[in-house]
Amino acid sequence: MTARIGVVTFPGTLDDRDTQRAVRVAGAEAVPLWHKDKDLKQVDAVVLPGGFSYGDYLRAGAISRFSPVMESVIEQAKAGMPVLGICNGFQVLTETHLLPGAMLRNNHLHFICREQKLRVESDRTAWTADYTAGQEISIPLKNIDGQYTADERTLDMLEAEGRVAFRYLDTNPNGSLRDIAGITNEAGNVVGLMPHPEHAVEPLVGTGRTDGLGFFTSVLKKLVNA
Amino acid sequence: MARVVVDVMLKPEILDPQGQAVQRALPRLGFQGISDVRQGKRFELEVDGPVDDAALARIHEMAETFLANTVIEDFVVKVEEEK
Repeated sequence: MTARIGVVTFPGTLDDRDTQRAVRVAGAEAVPLWHKDKDLKQVDAVVLPGGFSYGDYLRAGAISRFSPVMESVIEQAKAGMPVLGICNGFQVLTETHLLPGAMLRNNHLHFICREQKLRVESDRTAWTADYTAGQEISIPLKNIDGQYTADERTLDMLEAEGRVAFRYLDTNPNGSLRDIAGITNEAGNVVGLMPHPEHAVEPLVGTGRTDGLGFFTSVLKKLVNA
Repeated sequence: MARVVVDVMLKPEILDPQGQAVQRALPRLGFQGISDVRQGKRFELEVDGPVDDAALARIHEMAETFLANTVIEDFVVKVEEEK
């Protein structure tokens, strides 16, 4: 039996289909989840994909946070279920306070869409076990509200506890403090990042690399071995 | 019906790239003498019933949990005179 990984669709979500495909390419079963539905259909993990849920009204992720599906996701995440937030999904996770900090508009105010080099800083999360700490990967990045911010105390805590999961390499694309591209919660089951691993899982499309596939194989191994 | 206004601003220590872009555009448009611009959000709430302490407490809670993200933003609640 393989693992069942839920992929949430909010109104305005864009990358749910690509995320479902990435889950299947990794060998798991993709289970579509609907924002109005509290039922998580007994999935083993959840991905919050990218897009512009609720049109990014108020703040990116601010309204999605209060959707029925998120009530269940928050409850399960606190109980240890693996949750990955990609781009808008990362914004939702900071709005729920499952992850600390917040996202601001990019410091240059432009939307960016390009391939971005990252360093995987932690291989101790549910979503990064198939990488090695220090490994460099390259996956697409596309957003306008991608500037990660938090107060100094929070940043120091994240660094000290090894919770900076990914850092931008070569260039900081948006002014994120300490080049942070993604972080994890203390337990390592909740991970959020701005770049898009789900767009880099097959050689034919996207960046032509499969550097993002490890996110999905990591969680699958964890769930199957559990 | 009374109106309550909630003003939401980025905290002073948080970078405001939109405000900066506005500030930089001003001299080019002939508006001199503005050294800094901060951009925020204003919410005008039409309240059913009296704006008593209980109603204000609920609005405060609304601002804290939803209208503002207190990680990066501060808010002020003001009651406007009834018209």
